[in-house]
Amino acid sequence: MTENTQGSAPGMTISCQEVVELVTDYLEDELDDATRTELEAHLALCPGCDTYLEQMRQTIEQLGHVPVDTLSEQAQDDLVAAFRTFHKPGAPGS
Amino acid sequence: MQPDAPMTISAALPHVRAETGVPAPREVAPDDGELVDRLRLGDETAFATIVSGWSPMMLRVARGHVSTDASSEEVVQETWMAVIRGLDGFEGRSSLRTWVFRILTNLAKTRGVREARSVPMSSWGPADDAGPTVDPDRFRGPDDRYPHNWTPLGGPTQWQPGPEQSAVDAETRRLLGVALQELPERQRAVVTLRDVHGLASDEVCAALDLSPANQRVLLHRGRARLRAVLEDYYREAGEVTS
Repeated sequence: MTENTQGSAPGMTISCQEVVELVTDYLEDELDDATRTELEAHLALCPGCDTYLEQMRQTIEQLGHVPVDTLSEQAQDDLVAAFRTFHKPGAPGS
Repeated sequence: MQPDAPMTISAALPHVRAETGVPAPREVAPDDGELVDRLRLGDETAFATIVSGWSPMMLRVARGHVSTDASSEEVVQETWMAVIRGLDGFEGRSSLRTWVFRILTNLAKTRGVREARSVPMSSWGPADDAGPTVDPDRFRGPDDRYPHNWTPLGGPTQWQPGPEQSAVDAETRRLLGVALQELPERQRAVVTLRDVHGLASDEVCAALDLSPANQRVLLHRGRARLRAVLEDYYREAGEVTS
């Protein structure tokens, strides 16, 4: 990260190519204050980067709706049956 | 009834394909203490709830350590059997889920080490841990008056909603599901656990044996790839309708 030199406006010392590699740290709130401030200043000036961040957010949002694999109904039923057996009176652990 | 019945059931569990296409369960967790009490009392519903609620993410954690889906299913089933047998020993120093995940991670890592002896590392997916996550051609050069900024054609354009948003959403989610499967395994594990299942960063680090920085790199690279997949989709969809 370059120092903010005299005459460089806020948001101009960080490039778009750097911004796209910082978006995850930004969303994780892992940027130091100076970098975060500079990045936010850049986003205010740069529609391309602002759009890129928004697209990241949309991607994350959609990921929350992606279907997932799970154990089959049969496997789950068998596990519940094992639990039931384990807790029967006279079983170990009861 | 034989006292060893729970042990032998574990060995006899049929090898079944995992059910696919289930939406990631969003937890409505009872207070942890209440849950543990109910489980100790043999409350089947409580047990069924955590099996159905947690197994999807447990499969993903296991899959981050072992070499096949079948192995991850077996590891998850073994974990639940260990939970049944070991619940009396749970002291409540961590949350129940953290305790279950610790058992899972230990079993998965042991299995993963065993499998690694026969599975070559090259089959674990392409190495994709370095380099820019956005095509450098989309940025201006170092001698440009706006060095390393987007080129006019390279900059992202806003994704336009389709005439039927639900159809667009269904398609983007399908594409993301496919694209997740094609990510290098560790990126896939991190993005799935964080963004599909909603686990917190520290839980994912513990479950996958990652440092926070390492986890962020994998998350970053995975997400960048997935964003690009959606970008291609929206661009092609835009070309068709325009």
